[in-house]
Amino acid sequence: MKKRSNLRWMMFFCGLFLTGLLHAQQITVTGTVTDATDGFPMQGVSILEKGTSNGTITGTNGNFSLDVDRNAVLVVSFVGYITREVQVTGPGPYNIELVFDEKALDEVVVIGYGTVRKEDATGSITSIRSDDFNRGAIVTPEELITGKLAGVQITSPGGDPGGAATIRIRGGSSMSASNDPLIVIDGIPVDNAGIAGMRSPLNTIHPNDIETFTVLKDASATAIYGSRASNGVIIITTKKGQKDRPLQVNYDGYVSASVLTSQFEVFSAEEFRNLIEERYADNPDAVALLGDASTNWQDEIFQTAVSHDHNLSFSGSAFDLPYRVSLGYSGQKGILLTSGLDRFTGSLNLNPTFFDDHLQVDLSLKGMNIKNRFANWGAIGSAIHFDPTQPVKDPESEYGGYFTWTDVNGNPNKLAPSNPVAMLEMRDDQSTVNRLMAFMQLEYNFHFMPELSANINLGYDGSESDGYVYIPENAPWLYDELNGGGEDRVYTQSKSNELFDLYLNYKNDFGALGRVDFTAGYEWQHFWRQGTTYSENIRGTIVNQDTDYETESYLVSFFGRLNYSLKDRYLLTFTLRNDGSSRFSPETRWGLFPSVAFAWNLFNENFIQNAGIFSELKLRLGYGVTGQQDITSNDYPYLARYTRSEPTARYQFGDEFVYTYRPEGYDANLKWEETVTYNAGLDFGFLENRVTGTLDVYHRETVDLINTIPVPAGTNFTNQITTNVGNLTNRGIEFTINGKPISKANMYWDIGYNITYNKNEITSLTRVDDPVYKGVFVGGISGGVGNTIQIHSVGYPVYSFFVWEQVYDSNGKPIEGLYVDRDGDGQITVEDRYRLQKAAPDVFMGINSTFVYQNWEFSFAGRANLGNYVYNNVFSNSASYNGLYWPTGYLNNQSKNLLETEFENPKYFSDYYIENGSFFRLDYITLAHNMKGMLNGKMNMRVYGTVQNPLLITGYRGMDPEISSGIDKNMYPRPMIFMLGVNLGF
Amino acid sequence: MKTSYIKLFTPIALVFTLVLASCVKDLDTVPLDPDEITSATVFETLDGYTSVLAKAYAGLALSGQQGPAGMPDISGIDEGFSTYLRQYWKAQELPTDEAVIAWNDGNLRDYHEQDWSESNEFITAMYNRIYLQVSYANEFLRESTEEKLSERGFSEAEKEIIRGYRAEARFLRALSYVHAIDMFGSVPFVTENDNVGAFLPEQISRADLFEYVEEELLDIESQLPAPRTNDYGRADQAAAWMLLAKLYLNAEVYIGTEKYTECITYCKNIIDAGYDLDPDYSHLFLADNHTAEGIIFPVIFDGTNAQTWGGMTFVVHAAVGGSMNVADYGIDFGWGGTRVTSTFVEKFPDPSGATDKRAMFYTNGQSLEIDDVFDFTHGYAITKFKNITSDGQPGSNITYVDTDYPLFRLADVYLMLAEAVLRGGEGATAGEALFYVNEVRKRAYGDDSGNIGGGDLTLSFILDERARELYWEGHRRTDLIRFGKFSDTDYLWPWKGGVPEGTAVDAKYDLFPLPAADIGANPNLEQNPDY
Repeated sequence: MKKRSNLRWMMFFCGLFLTGLLHAQQITVTGTVTDATDGFPMQGVSILEKGTSNGTITGTNGNFSLDVDRNAVLVVSFVGYITREVQVTGPGPYNIELVFDEKALDEVVVIGYGTVRKEDATGSITSIRSDDFNRGAIVTPEELITGKLAGVQITSPGGDPGGAATIRIRGGSSMSASNDPLIVIDGIPVDNAGIAGMRSPLNTIHPNDIETFTVLKDASATAIYGSRASNGVIIITTKKGQKDRPLQVNYDGYVSASVLTSQFEVFSAEEFRNLIEERYADNPDAVALLGDASTNWQDEIFQTAVSHDHNLSFSGSAFDLPYRVSLGYSGQKGILLTSGLDRFTGSLNLNPTFFDDHLQVDLSLKGMNIKNRFANWGAIGSAIHFDPTQPVKDPESEYGGYFTWTDVNGNPNKLAPSNPVAMLEMRDDQSTVNRLMAFMQLEYNFHFMPELSANINLGYDGSESDGYVYIPENAPWLYDELNGGGEDRVYTQSKSNELFDLYLNYKNDFGALGRVDFTAGYEWQHFWRQGTTYSENIRGTIVNQDTDYETESYLVSFFGRLNYSLKDRYLLTFTLRNDGSSRFSPETRWGLFPSVAFAWNLFNENFIQNAGIFSELKLRLGYGVTGQQDITSNDYPYLARYTRSEPTARYQFGDEFVYTYRPEGYDANLKWEETVTYNAGLDFGFLENRVTGTLDVYHRETVDLINTIPVPAGTNFTNQITTNVGNLTNRGIEFTINGKPISKANMYWDIGYNITYNKNEITSLTRVDDPVYKGVFVGGISGGVGNTIQIHSVGYPVYSFFVWEQVYDSNGKPIEGLYVDRDGDGQITVEDRYRLQKAAPDVFMGINSTFVYQNWEFSFAGRANLGNYVYNNVFSNSASYNGLYWPTGYLNNQSKNLLETEFENPKYFSDYYIENGSFFRLDYITLAHNMKGMLNGKMNMRVYGTVQNPLLITGYRGMDPEISSGIDKNMYPRPMIFMLGVNLGF
Repeated sequence: MKTSYIKLFTPIALVFTLVLASCVKDLDTVPLDPDEITSATVFETLDGYTSVLAKAYAGLALSGQQGPAGMPDISGIDEGFSTYLRQYWKAQELPTDEAVIAWNDGNLRDYHEQDWSESNEFITAMYNRIYLQVSYANEFLRESTEEKLSERGFSEAEKEIIRGYRAEARFLRALSYVHAIDMFGSVPFVTENDNVGAFLPEQISRADLFEYVEEELLDIESQLPAPRTNDYGRADQAAAWMLLAKLYLNAEVYIGTEKYTECITYCKNIIDAGYDLDPDYSHLFLADNHTAEGIIFPVIFDGTNAQTWGGMTFVVHAAVGGSMNVADYGIDFGWGGTRVTSTFVEKFPDPSGATDKRAMFYTNGQSLEIDDVFDFTHGYAITKFKNITSDGQPGSNITYVDTDYPLFRLADVYLMLAEAVLRGGEGATAGEALFYVNEVRKRAYGDDSGNIGGGDLTLSFILDERARELYWEGHRRTDLIRFGKFSDTDYLWPWKGGVPEGTAVDAKYDLFPLPAADIGANPNLEQNPDY
């Protein structure tokens, strides 16, 4: 009896002892897991004892506690972060930092109607995330990526705040139709036609709300967008809340001062006085017109503009509902007196999931209210010409107290330039725009077949705008002695864009047989707009304009895509889209847009792995057909229509004035332009992706190019008709390289460079080969009426300059009016004009770099264009002696270029004014200081100072050669902007 | 398990197909804007026909559907330049001794230098305008056939009115074709029997087009209202007779056959219709010239309802510049463009205007000779056209004038008759010819002091008298060509041919070239000789 109980006690104690012994080998480790970039504690991180199933998850403060063997290794992992292993050396506490795995996120790239793993991407796609965006005074989303992407050229419109930038991807595929890419914001393809009263349609989104900017460049990527994809596609996604993340509050704000750094070179008051007195010594009328003042008109119209911007965002998850709310306010002033904007933006993103994550709902709402005040850019041209000896204000002036040139009757001289300050201050041009974008995406993964998912997208994009222009009766340039002048103009516009998408997606991995990803769907989109304009003089006695319009169009499409990848090495993609547009007649409205792409992931091949040189290597080949249906501003170009006349264009029949109906010219067979693209690319990486880059070569051919050509006389109700008739090619090479020479814990340096070469050529413009047809005259200039300086011709790039060849004397001075008689017929006629260069650059490049040392960060970005030419219209329209004195009673200032040419009369069409506009421009330099863990670890702060547009190097003699049209007239100059900003994160 | 999913699937599939089916139909859209209508609805009412006919008339005066500009009819040229009458005036006046212009727009100077090429944008615009008029008329005629009118259920009274409209449309088409014959010679030919769209018109010879226009006018003669019974500014029999008279007067140039007798017949018809010469010459060119006598067919302008930068707005504004007081012309400011050559001034023995009141020169600050064509103060300015009423009040709008353009006038008929007689036409005597010329001169001088004798009445005198009476009304080029004094001639004027003393140019310039744009678009066309 006693023996048994003893055994039990002994076993018990042995057990205890053994346990104790074992227990003595285990310790309890504690610690905190944080995010390496912002120091935030991370909840839900998995801590696992390596080799066992013993693990735990961090709590809300990132804390964890786990019993492990004293020699254990902890495996710390979280989705999207690089997994770390930590050797246990004691109970801790361990402060473990997890680094965001960039490659992990790169693995998924947004493409049309879905996402794809980066490894499986077969098209020419570049994606930029918010971390890599440009930093600086960013008012519009386009500024975020200027200069960072090969093949994408973004030209801002000058210093006008919030103005619409011109975006060209691979040179643009069209000549007279729109060359703008399709922009998709959170799934809604946005209507490219502008909104009345708003400078840029992208102003709706605050740049801080943008998560990714993806550019689809070649047809194999864009063809899924069918008839709107010929100019490339830009997909913008906005930031969303994240599950299982604590509440994050962010505040971004900056204050900036914009300063004009250079001026047009014109004669000063003293120089002008001497010039007039010398030249018109025997004309007392001219000399009598001189004033006594000394005014620098450019100083008078430009100001240093102070602006500020604030954005507050909350993101987190409440009751399992991830959300992100952001509110923004931006108050921008332009350097041109009276111009500015006030913008409020708000956005809400909700991303709940249901049914055990089987149903994912993404709801995003974006709203914007913007008040614009527009300044008359004509004041810039007027400031160049206005007599510097006259004062700005004249107490005796009946015209608002501003100095005004008058005729003998005391009325304003309408041929003389108007007082630039009056042009700005006597004009009240304002608008208010409200816009709402709502998007809901439902993605349902079928329970019975998890590989299959259905997507329904519903989108709405609507805007209401109204604006007015008010110019008082005594404004000199509209003065009307009889009827009272001035202008009272009111306009409104409503637009809406509705979208419905339905598509099914099937993804499966068949192991050795490869992976398949198949999508098929349907899309319906409706564009509608309506507007009114009413304009009358101040007294209300003359109605200048009374128009209203309402128009709509529909797009219905069927699309499908198949991605097939074998052994992670061979990738094949097919897409097909069938688009129907209401803009064309039933016979021509449907089009088929196929594409095929093949990619070879060489990196996964044994022979590449063994060589050990590359860390990434992929060869891509693509072919696709895309369309462009934004060919006219008219939604019904194929219908036989009649237009009623306005009240000011009637004809007298008897005692009354009768409205007239005009039959409109039309081409019943009009259809969209089609572009065929061939693309070959290579993605590469060395040194564990410390150096990565891509090289793309492409050839794009546009057929059925829209051109407005002369129609045989008498066959239609117009002399020129818009019809499909031409061909255009673009070919080029793009190269991008990014490197991280230094990547250590406390020092980091990356540098990126991209260069693009694009050659554009028109290959046909008329139905019948016509050697006499010169081309399409485009490019209006200031000076004279209806003068154009550019031409689209066969065998030349679009917007080539069309000028006379100047003859110079032995000192290099141009001989006025003497040009090379190219056709030798003894006369200088239009036959002697020749095509010289073009507005677009041959090569454009971008460079950007960021250097981080401990808490300091320094970054800059710059761009260069080579081979772009500019027509210096400022010189050509203000450098002639006869431009100084006008016998109807006024004096005009001229630019100092007059001293070089000494022209008597303006010579608008001389090639002397075509200058090489190649330039290098530094877009911004930023210095920032990061302070983490302030206020007891609760707040991170980043303070930065930026100079935007600090440096411009160019040989161009005008103010700024970066003009997308190539014609320098009335350009709103780009200021240098000094910014001080702060980001706070809680 | 599976059945529940089928239950889930079926309604989804149903909704799917329903939605699809209805949405594809959305692609058949029609314009939403009530101001834009299709040809189906325009011609449902009489008002619709009236408005389409009004467009054919307005096409002579206005540049588009919005005054002064904004919805242009033709493209490729500044809208203000693009009106019919402005181009017609420039083409008929600038290449002659009657006018020079100080502006450097595009290839405008080619007119005075007589060295234009087939790509000259102004000649192209004129040509486009002619064919636009022809197209509008053709469309009207296509839509107003007897069958269509019956189909559309119009009453007999309405049909009568529309038949009258048809005659007017044919008149307007004939007018433009006569201009085409005069300026371009052999041109593409389209009628209401051709359809709109992609086809290539054939080129008709000058002679055949002459025959066609003659037939047309003779046919509609009886269908147009009697002279002075139609609304002001609308075509009537007298307008058709005038056009025939012009056609016949120039027949020798157009088809090489003399038709002076026929010319005299129609001149007499007009003279017998009861027109009178207005006792005050200047009244014919003022803002209220709709009350003047002796205008047979005007093109109407109105400062409030028919605004344009072309037409009379151009004629009045361009002539004012230098030291001229804009208030005297009823405008806001002068454009400083047009003046006359010394050759023209010399046609008036007394340029002061004291005796021959048609000498309306402005000389203050203006030199007689022109050293620099581009300086407004070189060459005498003209004060003939004004936006002032006969009481001295300005028109309703000082920018867009009220003055109507007198396209056809009685004085012109008198001089045509005299010329036809001198050229051997029958139907009037030499005495009658002298009488009518003296009527014109009596009105000009205010009394008999300017009358001439039979011995003075020569062809050369007629040419000069036409200059004195009809200057700046768009007749000069045609007249000079008829007298063989336009291009390759000994009759010179300052800067003719681009040379200060004037020089002869190639005879090919008697015709304008067919625009390069149309030659390129239509391979059926052959260019005029030597271009």
